[in-house]
Amino acid sequence: MTQHNTTDSDWTTVIKPKERLLQIDFKELWRYRDLTSLFVRRNITTQYKQTILGPLWYIIQPAITVLMYMVVFSRIAGISTDGLPEPLFYLSGVCMWQYFSDCLSKTSSTFTANAGIFGKVYFPRLVVPVSNVLSNLLRFAIQLSLFLVVYAVYQLWVIPGQIHTNWYALLLPVLVLMLAGLALGFGILFSSLTTKYRDLQLMLDYFVRLWMYATPVVWPLSTITNTKLHLAMSLNPLTPIIEAFKYGFLGAGEFSWGGLAYSFVFTVVLLAIGIVLFNRVQRTFMDTV
Amino acid sequence: MTAIEFNNISKLYRLGLVGTGTLSHDLKRWWTMNIRGKEDPYLTIGETNDRSSKGDSDYVWALKDIDFKVEQGDVVGIIGKNGAGKSTLLKILSKVTAPTTGTIRARGRIGSLLEVGTGFHPEMTGRENIYMNGAILGMTKQEITKKLDEIVDFSGCERYIDTPVKRYSSGMMVRLGFAVAAHLDPEILVVDEVLAVGDAEFQKKAIGKMQDVSRGEGRTVLFVSHNMSAVRKLCRQGIVLKNGSIDFIGNVNGAVDYYIDSKASDTPLYMDFIGGDDSKEIEFLSVRFAEGRNTFSTNEPISFVFKVHAHRDIPNFRINTTIYSMDETAIGSVSNTETLGIKNGEEKEVLFSLNDHHLAAGKYTLAFSIGIGNHLTAQRDFDYISNVLSFSIENSDKDNRQESAISLWDSGWGHIIFKANLKYVKS
Repeated sequence: MTQHNTTDSDWTTVIKPKERLLQIDFKELWRYRDLTSLFVRRNITTQYKQTILGPLWYIIQPAITVLMYMVVFSRIAGISTDGLPEPLFYLSGVCMWQYFSDCLSKTSSTFTANAGIFGKVYFPRLVVPVSNVLSNLLRFAIQLSLFLVVYAVYQLWVIPGQIHTNWYALLLPVLVLMLAGLALGFGILFSSLTTKYRDLQLMLDYFVRLWMYATPVVWPLSTITNTKLHLAMSLNPLTPIIEAFKYGFLGAGEFSWGGLAYSFVFTVVLLAIGIVLFNRVQRTFMDTV
Repeated sequence: MTAIEFNNISKLYRLGLVGTGTLSHDLKRWWTMNIRGKEDPYLTIGETNDRSSKGDSDYVWALKDIDFKVEQGDVVGIIGKNGAGKSTLLKILSKVTAPTTGTIRARGRIGSLLEVGTGFHPEMTGRENIYMNGAILGMTKQEITKKLDEIVDFSGCERYIDTPVKRYSSGMMVRLGFAVAAHLDPEILVVDEVLAVGDAEFQKKAIGKMQDVSRGEGRTVLFVSHNMSAVRKLCRQGIVLKNGSIDFIGNVNGAVDYYIDSKASDTPLYMDFIGGDDSKEIEFLSVRFAEGRNTFSTNEPISFVFKVHAHRDIPNFRINTTIYSMDETAIGSVSNTETLGIKNGEEKEVLFSLNDHHLAAGKYTLAFSIGIGNHLTAQRDFDYISNVLSFSIENSDKDNRQESAISLWDSGWGHIIFKANLKYVKS
């Protein structure tokens, strides 16, 4: 009140009730990069402590899922696999989808799961969701290797030379980045809202399960002939990403730069909204959580 | 140079079950603030933070208009009852939660030591957790590596450093946590109630480290504690918070004295009893402090006036008093050596003086009994009352400070100050 003569720049720390909407301290986030890497390591090493199979679970889970899909969706329901061998088709979808949904569900509980530690000490809260997304990359890498092994087996021995892998496969890093961005964006959006309205947390699990069926994981986009439905499914920002992955590696699917551009813009906007909201909530969430 | 400046810091909390009705409140708040451009409608209806009285408002000011400055290198003790707002203040300072109004400005990194051991993961080893904990508190990997040996040494957990901390005893966890936090190098250190844990040896170490931090290294420390002797020992300045506002600010002894006085004055100075119970030969009707206050200096006599009513003729009754510490440990008992007589139906006032009690600073409660015989002979009690009065002993007989050992009395030393002589044995 009487301090008009001193400006904020004289001080290294200024704590105020409200900060500007888009004030995200990326410098600070960078300063805490060691914490991020430690969180990543913790997430990875503690996940399978005191289990016998350990990281083998990373492989067992998708393998069984794919077997299940082969029975239910291919044999029983008779859904097309775009002319691809069933294991390859499902595995590609499962890998990508699993990474997204793991990141999303882990990130969306950021505030509620870490209330104890957040209530005691300050560090940029964004460190937690970011490290979640990063630590899930390891799991994704292992599952991707499984996919590549199965791919190699088919390409070299089972149906030699019949899988038309093309240069678009090199888009993989971009696709993963977009998946991560989408998961992070949705995750922090949800986590910000769940601090006050817990309904959303209950909704999320259900919502994610349904979302998978709206994403070309167990069915190829090409089977949808109804143009309206086709458009509706393409509005799902995950659709172009997963289709591009399948197109690049397996040569089947619908690749479109337009779709990818749409997903990209969607990701950026979502991330921006998510970060703004997250940033607002993190300052007072301890009072409402 | 000013290290921290609190400007009009206030914090509003919503009481009751958060989750019901918040959406409607949120909508109303959003409507008035963002659409109509007015102030937050709920800010005006907050009440002061008095825990014991129930208010009408759902909103309460945990802190209201906190305004003070801390000079660099100062060690400030923040004291007050539970719920006075101490922890909220530190939480705002350590950025765990944001203030509702006001600004805090600070020079230098703020490191908090709010409840140690934060973020320990049970599956990780002590060493991994040191890194984890240090990073959470804002240290870089490099800084931690540089201090690792010192931290391990200070914690005294060297042998178990590569064992998952879920195998640690709770004491070991705390020591490890404190060790990490104590080796932080922030310019401003925020400490909340950490000295209450650990064994005596470790507490001494912790206090020593805190003293080093503040005295030797010239850092600014804000220290919240209920341990008045620790506050006196460590701090130079003191702030007493009451119901979310600053009640007293000044040097630490002044603040602690003020706090003890205000706390003691909260407890009653007299107590009336219903009486009329014929089955008791004598019964208590009331008891009060003879001086009309319940705060005494060390070695000041403490006197009570009892009103008693007899239902028989009792030629030789005594009053016995037992003094308890606040944790209900009996400290000692006394009965008067002379006896008094009373006739059936009489009501009399009796003065009971406790001289030369040697009680150390602290808070005590009392139990009284009236009967024949005393605690050295066979005895029979007619009436017994307990837990009705309490009193405080404090060291602040200001002219008598030469007994410096007593003015720094630590509750860990017990409750009785013995007197002893020291001289050479002739050989």
